[in-house]
Amino acid sequence: MVNKNKRGIKLNIAEWLIRWETILFFIFILVIVINSRLSPYFLNYVNIMNTTFNFTEKAIIALPMIFVIICGDIDISVASIIALSSVFMGLASTFGVQTGGLILIGCGTGILAGLFNGIIITRLKVPAIAVTIGSMSLFRGIAYVILGDKAFTKYPSSFAFWGQGYLHNTRIPFQLLLFVILALIFGLILHKTTLGRKLYAIGNNPTAARFSGIPVHNIRLLNFILVGFCSGIASLLLTSRIGSTRPNIADGWELEIITTVVLGGVAISGGKGNLWGVIISIFLLGFLRFGMGLVNVPGKVMNIVSGFLLIIAILLPEFIRNIRGKILLGKETIKGGYKDETSSL
Amino acid sequence: MNFIKRREFTLFILIIILILLITLRAPRFFTFSNFKDILDDTAILFMVTFAQMLVILTAGIDLSVASNIAFSGMSVALLNQHHPEVPIFVILLLSIMIGFIFGSFNGLLVAYGNIPPIITTLGTMSIYRGLVFVLSKGTWVSAHEMTDSFRYFPRVNILGISLLLIISFMVIIIFYIFLYYTRTGREIYGVGGNITAAQYVGINLKKIKYLVFALCGGICGLSGFLWVARYASAQSDSAIGFELQTVAACVIGGASITGGSGSVPGVFLGALFLGIIKNALPVIQVSPFWQMFIQGFIIIVAVIINTLMSQRSQQLIMKKREL
Repeated sequence: MVNKNKRGIKLNIAEWLIRWETILFFIFILVIVINSRLSPYFLNYVNIMNTTFNFTEKAIIALPMIFVIICGDIDISVASIIALSSVFMGLASTFGVQTGGLILIGCGTGILAGLFNGIIITRLKVPAIAVTIGSMSLFRGIAYVILGDKAFTKYPSSFAFWGQGYLHNTRIPFQLLLFVILALIFGLILHKTTLGRKLYAIGNNPTAARFSGIPVHNIRLLNFILVGFCSGIASLLLTSRIGSTRPNIADGWELEIITTVVLGGVAISGGKGNLWGVIISIFLLGFLRFGMGLVNVPGKVMNIVSGFLLIIAILLPEFIRNIRGKILLGKETIKGGYKDETSSL
Repeated sequence: MNFIKRREFTLFILIIILILLITLRAPRFFTFSNFKDILDDTAILFMVTFAQMLVILTAGIDLSVASNIAFSGMSVALLNQHHPEVPIFVILLLSIMIGFIFGSFNGLLVAYGNIPPIITTLGTMSIYRGLVFVLSKGTWVSAHEMTDSFRYFPRVNILGISLLLIISFMVIIIFYIFLYYTRTGREIYGVGGNITAAQYVGINLKKIKYLVFALCGGICGLSGFLWVARYASAQSDSAIGFELQTVAACVIGGASITGGSGSVPGVFLGALFLGIIKNALPVIQVSPFWQMFIQGFIIIVAVIINTLMSQRSQQLIMKKREL
């Protein structure tokens, strides 16, 4: 975890202090302190649990997005996949499909959308940016064609549990549990399996990865399918939570999701990053937006903050990496070689 | 025979077929005044598409163009509303300058901050759009709050052609000369074609990367004023989604998203193609909600064709080398 390097030589403390995750964690604490000063009701178990409703859907998409960005790709069609899934669920619901069927349709649409992106990107070798810019317009376009200026609002009553429900007799939202389970799965894959190591290899040098026998294209395809699948889940949760579907649902979420991942220390050029940074970043951004809401900052102004954070999140690690390099340079002779894990910056 | 194989020729034939098909459905489409309307409607798209093309030529992308248009448009609309005495050419210059500053901000981040263009402009897209909201406090500037000289500026008639169209074509001509006949213009192609080679021949990469974004911003600024004046309203949501239209027009015109290729006539036809479709949808009674879908579909088809064609030409080069 964050402080696993704390044991051992004293110099490790300096190294630990300038780690990206540590810095994020301190900013996170700062945000919580400021929030609790702004509102006396903030630091309350029930309130904090309910706050998570605002960001678990984005957080669920951020998980596979880590994989995509580590491989050096990007997917900016995620918000449109949410709209597409939501519209198909709404359409099915008007034909009387029940909750179970809606879940299948929501996730299935996501998987198909991800497959569509992935096939074009990996089989026809078109850059991910170009394809997902197109599909961003295409998927939301389909949503507009089906819905126009109308909305789907008829959903079965049991459907509401997925986005609004709590675990039995607790105040823990079901969404949050789902996120924790998914985060565990994605974390294990990323850090404890060979597939995870292969992702880093692809991101660092796709050609070398290909020559060492890694099925680069299939793994990248899998990444896009995973993003589609998780966007489907997010769509399911969001649609269930707000109980209606409009074509402009989740508008602009791609920015926030990519910001979350990049702020979490995943290098946009690929090959670097870990799960812990992104988890801290998810909660940091979630509570930051909630804090801004407490002082009545309008959504569009929050987007200014998100935009700046995205830019700072890329500029700052570069800056810190330079300082860190200087400190570590002096240390290397003492420790006898520094092993740079992919889990650092 | 060589020109038949060219992208511009194919696109030209496609446009003619498109016009014929639409005319079959709705004969009133095929009139001189309607074509003039289409050109007028597409004039801003032409300009911004060429701005986008500059950035795409260097293997970048600018997603913040629409937000930039909205901001510069809103600024000059507010200025016109509160200080109607400010002359129109000052407004014009101011609008270009605001756009240029915003474009420069993108350029600095990309060239000197080493942030990938897509990420930079995804961020600034939100920032600029948010700033429009902050600037206007969420209000609109409507037609009756603008002075007549402001509103009628794009509509001024010179020999039967609107000033908007004249400005647009002047921008295109300047572009053509800049890209094809100046050193900097060729350097832009060089940077996108092969960045390593460009560096070795001594092209200042940072300067070029900065320049394309700054110029793109300047044209967005100019378009911002023209947009607000033409539609006689400035809103926080002006031009929303317009960035995708410009990207679509570029890739239809054969500009490669990986940089280095794209011709001025091709991109012009690409924008015209999109403009005709946009204009034809209501004429052939298709819901405007189809526009986004068609646009996304065309982008994907165009990028696939571009990629396949460049792969084929690379294979041809390899074959020639073997001989």
